[in-house]
Amino acid sequence: MERIKTIETRDLNKSVKNGGCGECQTSCQSACKTSCGVANQPCENDKK
Amino acid sequence: MVHQYKLNGCNIVLDTCSGGIHLVDEVAYDIIACYKEKSQDEIVDLMLQKYGHRADVTEEEIRGCISDIAVLEKSGKLWTPDTFEPLAFDFKNRSTVVKALCLHVAHSCNLNCSYCFASQGKYHGDRALMSFEVGKQALDFLIAHSGTRKNLEVDFFGGEPLMNWDVVKQLVAYARTQEPIHGKKFRFTLTTNGVLIDDDVIEFANREMSNVVLSLDGRKEIHDRLRVDYAGNGSYDRIVPKFQKLVESRGGKNYYMRGTFTHANTDFTNDIFHMADLGFTELSMEPVVCAPDDPAALTAEDLPIVMEQYELLAKEMMRREKEGKGFTFYHYMLDLTNGPCVYKRISGCGSGTEYMAVTPWGDLYPCHQFVGEEAYKLGNIWDGVTNAAVRDEFKTCNAYARPECADCWAKLYCSGGCAANAYHATGSIRGIYEYGCELFKKRIECAIMMQVLKATDNENADC
Repeated sequence: MERIKTIETRDLNKSVKNGGCGECQTSCQSACKTSCGVANQPCENDKK
Repeated sequence: MVHQYKLNGCNIVLDTCSGGIHLVDEVAYDIIACYKEKSQDEIVDLMLQKYGHRADVTEEEIRGCISDIAVLEKSGKLWTPDTFEPLAFDFKNRSTVVKALCLHVAHSCNLNCSYCFASQGKYHGDRALMSFEVGKQALDFLIAHSGTRKNLEVDFFGGEPLMNWDVVKQLVAYARTQEPIHGKKFRFTLTTNGVLIDDDVIEFANREMSNVVLSLDGRKEIHDRLRVDYAGNGSYDRIVPKFQKLVESRGGKNYYMRGTFTHANTDFTNDIFHMADLGFTELSMEPVVCAPDDPAALTAEDLPIVMEQYELLAKEMMRREKEGKGFTFYHYMLDLTNGPCVYKRISGCGSGTEYMAVTPWGDLYPCHQFVGEEAYKLGNIWDGVTNAAVRDEFKTCNAYARPECADCWAKLYCSGGCAANAYHATGSIRGIYEYGCELFKKRIECAIMMQVLKATDNENADC
């Protein structure tokens, strides 16, 4: 695709099947404490 | 849902529901913008009108690009249908696990920062220190309610937790004895203003704390304006050398230098750069959370300035990275290939469900920002959660709980936003803190732009 470069990302639809283990860090345990951002939490599911 | 934006020489297209990200040229960008409204022939006419003077833009080429876009749509990378809403309510509603506690070991502080959301650590109540017995019961409560979760998180918070340091150490020791018994792994975080850091704190924190959050607002004149002791003296000179020593002995990892910016320093990037110039590399800077009539509150006039600052920050970070002097900014950290699954993205921070705050007296609240709001008391660490109404309110609070978020491209990055911010802005955890939304969206746009340039070797950057 000449005009479009697709960046490699985790497919959220596929993660419906292999996600939800809940082992990742709670977002407010890192640095924010006053806002909600979940996108920067790395996945810790070792079975995905 | 598709979101398009131009930033730093990049034309970026996001597909909300697949998480897809595309870097496109301006022709593809314009085609995508009208793809759903126009016929193929209309798109060709429009593009030829606009770009026909260019040798690389021919009818055949435009039709090729339209075909590429159709392939992306068919393969679930553009305009992916939103099918997550039923999951959001079902998943969170079923959850009965508690996996993280914010332990308020000290409702007291040795600093008197006027902008403190915890009102100098007192949370609008009495000063108090948590006893070991209360802390131990909190850890037992966490273990007992953690189900099959292995990783448990405990944040020693306040007020200033170092004012109750012996109890912190005893609680860590107790938790370590419980890990093999219950098959759990505790991850501890310490959030401190630094005043009481000494060699003992450094040694213990580096051995036992997975993460240390150090409060510094940046430049001395900014920091000392608000972060003062009860005699009115600034704390910068006392804490910076301690922070430097702690971070150095920690190997420069697993910490955040965390600042708060206010109306007084909307040029907060200078404070972030100052932290970096002090040798710190793991940085966070949060907009102040306070009442709108507080002099520290960010104003409508500040918003465009702050938005510009976020762009400036992203560009400067990339410049410094090239020079080998890079640093991380908490809100610009994105792992595109190993980021959170959709369940995390729709269910949010877990406040009131898998994450709770514990007061020095053992009362449970949905998170640290609700402590002191009596109506939001969930229960206590002996009897568990007894306020079913509040619990259920949080169980159904997710990325799909607010009508305002329905058409928002960022909802799977913020999960509908911070419940406490929403509550303080609107009186309801299902409200919208619009100002915060604007800042959040800008930060995510910047973060994605940086990742896109990283993935494509910076070839499109203006910087």
